[in-house]
This record gives sequence, C-alpha cells and structure tokens, in this order.
Amino acid sequence: MARREPLIEHLLRRIGFGAAPGDVEQYAELGYATALDRLINYDSTPDKVDELIGQPGFVGMTINGAFSPSTNIAHARQRWLFRLVHTQRPLQEKMALFWHNHFATAFSKVSADLGAADGTRAMAAKASESSAGIPGQLELFRTNAVGNFRNLLLAVAQDVAMLDWLDGRTNVKAKPQENFARELMELFTMGVGNYVETDVYAGARVFTGWNLTRTNGVNRFFYNAAQHETTAKEFSFAIYPGGGRIIPARSAGDGLQDGLDLIDAVVRHRATGPRLATKLYRFFVNEVDQPSPSLIANMASDYYQSGFEIKPMLIRLFVSPEFIDPSNAFKRYSWPAEFVARSLREMGWTGFSVNDALNPMITMGQQLFEPPDVAGWDLGQVWFTSGSMLARMNFAAQLATNQKFQLRNAARDEVKTPEGLVSWALDRMITPTFASDSYDALVDYARAGGPWTGSDTQLATKASGLAHLIVGSGEYQFV
Amino acid sequence: MFTRREFIRGGVAAFTFSFAAPAFLSELARAQGSARRNLVVLYLAGGNDALSMLVPYTDAQYYARRPVLGIPASNVLQIGSDRAGNALGLNPRLAGLKAIYDSGRLAFIQRTGYENSSRSHFQGTDIWSTASPSSSQGPGWLGRYLDTLPSPVDPLVGWSTTRDVPHLLQANRTGVAAIPSVAGYAFASPNPGAEAQFARASAARIASHIPVDLPHLAFVNATAQEAFATLDRVAAVGTYRPTVTYPNNGFGQALQAVAGAMVNGVGTRVFFVQTGGYDTHSGQNTNQANGAYANLMGTLNDGLFAFYNDLLRQGLLGDTMVLQFSEFGRRINENASAGTDHGAASVMMVMGGTVRGGIYGTAPSLRIAGDNPTLENNGQDVHYETDFRSVYATVVDSWLGGNSVQVLAGDFRAGAPAIV
Repeated sequence: MARREPLIEHLLRRIGFGAAPGDVEQYAELGYATALDRLINYDSTPDKVDELIGQPGFVGMTINGAFSPSTNIAHARQRWLFRLVHTQRPLQEKMALFWHNHFATAFSKVSADLGAADGTRAMAAKASESSAGIPGQLELFRTNAVGNFRNLLLAVAQDVAMLDWLDGRTNVKAKPQENFARELMELFTMGVGNYVETDVYAGARVFTGWNLTRTNGVNRFFYNAAQHETTAKEFSFAIYPGGGRIIPARSAGDGLQDGLDLIDAVVRHRATGPRLATKLYRFFVNEVDQPSPSLIANMASDYYQSGFEIKPMLIRLFVSPEFIDPSNAFKRYSWPAEFVARSLREMGWTGFSVNDALNPMITMGQQLFEPPDVAGWDLGQVWFTSGSMLARMNFAAQLATNQKFQLRNAARDEVKTPEGLVSWALDRMITPTFASDSYDALVDYARAGGPWTGSDTQLATKASGLAHLIVGSGEYQFV
Repeated sequence: MFTRREFIRGGVAAFTFSFAAPAFLSELARAQGSARRNLVVLYLAGGNDALSMLVPYTDAQYYARRPVLGIPASNVLQIGSDRAGNALGLNPRLAGLKAIYDSGRLAFIQRTGYENSSRSHFQGTDIWSTASPSSSQGPGWLGRYLDTLPSPVDPLVGWSTTRDVPHLLQANRTGVAAIPSVAGYAFASPNPGAEAQFARASAARIASHIPVDLPHLAFVNATAQEAFATLDRVAAVGTYRPTVTYPNNGFGQALQAVAGAMVNGVGTRVFFVQTGGYDTHSGQNTNQANGAYANLMGTLNDGLFAFYNDLLRQGLLGDTMVLQFSEFGRRINENASAGTDHGAASVMMVMGGTVRGGIYGTAPSLRIAGDNPTLENNGQDVHYETDFRSVYATVVDSWLGGNSVQVLAGDFRAGAPAIV
C-alpha cells in the first residue's frame, strides 16, 4: 500500500499538479519545510523538462512532421501539457498558468493578426527558438513566475502577443488606443473602483507609440517616438512617490518614460498588493471562503517591502496556518489543465498522447493559449456545468481505456479482492474520503457482473472501470 | 471584480435541497411541454457597434465622424424612419433580418442602456446580466426569474449553448445546463456492454451524495446529477433534422440545437446563445465584403434567418422570442486603427412570432454640441434613451408571465417599448 502523507499530498496538488508514483515518498523524506524550500527555490533544480520530450517513459505527443512548438500552436499546447505532467519545477509551471490567466491573451486574435506561425511564436516560443532571442509570452510567465511583478508587468507591456491582443501596436498620437491602458488598471493591477474613466484616456496617451515592428522576419516591441503624444497626462491617483498626479510633457524622444512611470505607479498603488495577494490566496489556498484580512495585509506588505517580489508573498502563504489547515484541503475547484495533468500523473501516462487531451479540455472549458477574454477564465464553480462535468467524466473514461493494461499490471500483485482493488485504486487516485454510500458504490461496481476471480481480464476491466469512476467523481474535481 | 462565486456559494444548500429525482423530473418536463413559450437570449459579445448595424444614413455627422467606417447610404438596406423622422438602414449583410423586419416580426430598440454606462466589458456585461447598474453582482436577471418558478424545477429549464452558464442565467437555487455540443453530451465508459451500465449506475450513485457541510462538493455532485438527469433527453435533441440548413459555424449550430430542443419539447424556458468578435478596436472594415464587421453581421444574419425559417416551418415561431443585447455600444468617432473604442448606449433586437416589429426609440443626433441630449462624454458616445430594464420588464411580464417588479427588484415598466 502506498504511503499516505496528507500534507505533502496537499502541497503537491497546490504547488504543482499532484503526486506521480514515488513523489509522496520522496518529498515526505525531506519533511515539509525542506520539501517546501525545494519547491519554492526551484532555481537549484535544472529546468530540463523539455529535454524529456520524446523520451521513453514519459507521456507522448502526436506530431505529424517535425516537432515545432514555436510555430505550431497544437505542438505548443502539447509541450505545455507535457511540462505540467513531467516538470521537476512544479511551482514554475503552476505560476505560469496563473499568469496566463492573469494576463489572459488569446492565440486566436494574435494569429489572425500576425499569422499562425508568428502568432505561435508570440505566445509560446522560447528565447532560444527565436532568431532574435525574443521569448514568447509563456516564457515571460515561466521566467518571471515567482519573480518581480514590476519586471513581469513591464515585460508583458512590451510583449509582442500583448501588443497585438490589446491593440498597443495601433496606439498612435492622433487617436490613442484605450484597450491596454484600461486593462492595465482594471485587470492587471489595481482593479475597478481605483481609477476613473479619464485615467483610461490619459493612460492611452501615455502608451502612444508603444508599437510593434517586424524586422528581419521577427516581430518585436518598438517605441515609435514619432507616434508618441507628448503633452502632460493627469491622473486621479498618484503617479510619483511624492504624490504627483501628472506625467509631465516630454519630448517624443523621451516619451517612453511616460509608460514606465505609469507602470511604476500602478505597481506601487495601494490596491495592487492586496489584489494580487487575494488572487494568490484564492489560487493556492481556498476560493470558497473569504481570506483572513491579516494574511492578505501581510502578503501585501511583503510585496511592497520587497520591491514587488512575488516569492515572499508565496512563502508567507505556504507557511500560513490557512494553507496547512486540513479543512482547506480539496477546497479549490480544479482548473481543467490541473485536472488533466493530475489525472495523468496519478492514473498513468504510458502510451497516452497529450494531443488526445486537447479537445476534451475545450469541452471542459479551458483551451490553453485561448482564454475567453482578457479577464481570463471564470474560476471556481463556473468551471462546473453539466456539460463540462460530463467532459471531465469522459476524459477519465478515455484515459482509463488507454491505461487499462497498465492499471491491470500495477494492480495484479497487490489485489486479492474487490475491496482490495478499490483500496488500491483510492491509494493511487487521491480524493477526500468518500462518503460511505459512495464508497459502497465503488465496491458494488467492483463486484458487479459475476464472481471475483482475479483473472487478468477481470482486473483490466475493473481496474479501468474504477479509475474512471474515481477520476470522474465530484470528489476528484478538487485540489 | 468577479465576485459572482460568492453569491453562488450562499445558494448551494437551497439549490441542492430543491433538487428532485430524475424520474420525476422527466415527467415534469413532459408536463411543461413544447407548447410553452420560450425565450432565446442572444448576446453579441464585445460591445456591438450599433451605428454600423442600424445606420443613420441621413445624418451628415455620421459620415463626418466615420470617414472610413461610415457605410454609404446607397449600400444600407432602408427600413424607414423612427418616430422622430430619422431615416435608418440596416447593415448590408442583414438581408435576412430585413425580410423578417418586413414581415413585422423584428423590432429594433434604439439607444438602450442606462445612466453612467460602464465602458468595461466585464462590468458592462455584469450590469446587463443582473439588470443592476449599481450593484452588478449576485444572480442574473433570468436566474432570478427561474428562481420564481415553482419547485422542483427541471434541470433543463435553462439551457446555455456555451460552455459556461452565463451570468444572466446564474441563479440562487436553479441549476442551468451548459450544453455547447449536443453530440458531446454523453456518458462514456472504458468498458462496453453491461460494464458500461454498471459504471453509469455507480457514477450516478456517487453523484447523489450532496453533503450540506461541504457546499463545494455538493455543488459539483449536484452538477453531475443534472448531467445524469438530462443525458437521455439531450441525446434525443441530437437526432433533430431541421427543415433548413443552418450555417456550419458555432452560432448556427447553437441555434440548430435550440430549435431541436424546442421541437423535442424538452421543457426549456430560457436558452442562451452567444456570438462574439464584437470588440472591434481595429480593422473593423465595415465596407469590405469579407471585412471583420461584415462577417459579424453575416454570421448573425445567416444564423438568425435559418432559425426563423426553421421555427416558422415547425410552427414554433409563435412560442419563441429572441432577445438580443450587447454590453455597450461603441465610440462614435472611428479610431486610427479603423476601429471603434468602447462607448455607451447600443441597440437591442427582439424577434418572434408575436413580436410587434418596428423601430422603437429615436436615433441619436451625432452633432457634437453641449445642448445635444442624445450624446454624452463630450459628444463622444451615444446617450441612452430607453432603460434596458424596461425592455426586460416587458419580457418578464408580457412574455414569460412573471412579475418584473419582483424579478428586477424594482418597477421599470414605465417607458417600456410595446414590443409584444
């Protein structure tokens, strides 16, 4: 029987994508504090997950022709899922997913404007895959996953995909484009209620000239001084530490500084730290109940005092009583990407192609690189409708069908009875404790259809059937 | 911003207790029958540019302020004038809607909106969804309507053709089905035959566990229960053979599913259909045959026209009302990207067999002047004339047979256009 370590399991579900066989034992040996340290300070763990792609022993992909995740979005989606399943830096991938939702940018628009290959590059290429060394948006999220928020925000403001997505590329002095300035304040930093409509107009003027250019076949950010609107811009909130609310008139040549000043201001704004803290709390701890005001205040304070670093906020969160509290376990509605990755890590992946998860994820309501709008996905209960719940159950069935013989082989030496098979399955695919009638439903399923013989045929049928029922249960939909 | 999760939480216990057994529910659905009136809510996502859909083609300021995007008078489909004498024409891609309009079953309500219109997609959508500009959280207006129906309520009483249940259908105690694809709405099993039946029975039994002390689990299991209670009826909709060919795009297919559900009499009272792409900040290309806005209008027209003709032939047009909205209209002046930014009042459409077609409300005067009450934001945006909640009130009172004062938490009946 597998070793059960509820706190370590909880940590691995929240910081990463669940425990693959052997993970719980490995991290439990370290103890919680050391395990946490290793997971948070992951710089000491080499970022080598991409080297595992195509190797035996890992989840597969379906690639027709050459593997080109920097120009083919289906390949990029498969690479991302591969990382979620096999990363040794789970927090990095988890936070990349968080930032993808926070700075939600959709491939469909970017590719419509830039073309499918350049659109994929803008979303997903690694710097090493760009002839000019320009990383795609996802790599900004991975590189800055637990880093400095100001640096991340600036990188996003000058990111090719974002400059297309929120129309910065067409923001010119004759007719300032409001889209980015509005979402910068509404979604990326301070939130509604902390700015007024005229701030949006002023913000649009601030970012005039923050455009795109394509040189030597590469799209890149370009400060177009000729298109910068040079007059002063007044805001309703402080732009400068001294309280000044006016970005002064500057020459076009110096006008890039306008945007840097506004980014600094919104990063520094008193509403931004608590807003990020609350969002992180809901992501990592509990989205059902209100967070404790003192924890949010402390995390916000960490944010400001560290000069806008994310990692100190996370450390405070992961050692908080709220995070460790057993009553907070299995209390966050899993995102489809989390559900798919955890299903694979727990049920098994040998012989499965992540390509076969892409369409089910659409029906579950989360296609990677395709958030519904700039506010990202609607989280929590909104993930769950009868249709999306069926999609999750059906993915569990699809994966269990694929893993039928792997499951049989794994169970063969450990299982002697129907009850033993249920226990074995519940050790592998981790849920909160089932209510007694739900547990009985599993046992009754294991017994149904004839006497227990333990034959290979029966084991394959019942092990896959139970894997389907458990992973498709309501209980399994939480992390 | 998105705090809707919080209110749903509060409603879970009530919702799960009101949930009834599947066998009884299908009887209930049959009792509600196909002959009952239904409402199809159509959301144009992104903020529809009303001035490009319903064109004030005799307003010189329209062309002055939209040198690129203005649709020439010679191209619009003229539909007459509003009560103030403003001549109006439909977007040239709306020939099907023009035909419906000519048959008297399509109404346009101009300048619908509310005071201090939000320019945020999210807040704007929340306001239109809750019918509450001051506090756009909590259940949606149609969710509140569904909550007034006598319990137990059939789990197909609300049917969203999108993956998520939209805010306007979110309720305190009524579950709404989200069925983006009828074909995908089925229960799979890793093993065939009797094993598959054992699996379905076991899964349904696990889903029947509704722990009051774990509202989040109760919610998900209740959702799974809804799936089990509706699988077979939705499968029947999948076999629907329409009398017309619907466009092979998401919008057309969603409308085909709605028609199939109506013809099969599954008992749905409120459907939700969405078509997006209306956030036309750049490259709006109103005057290009395959330009962005022309394509939006084409999708809208072709889908609705197929739906209208299908329902007409099925004899269901008189039971159906389509109500269209968008979160805001767009800026009057075009921007440098040949697009338009977020604005204020927009246009609503209402279509159906008993709808009193026509043009309601008056077009804005697009002349920038301090004394022009039809504009706001220093003349940059269209100011509302008809409170959108008065349209909702008419729909609730005169179509759904509900009580709008209760559902909308206020009396908005005054000034409502007489669309039914």
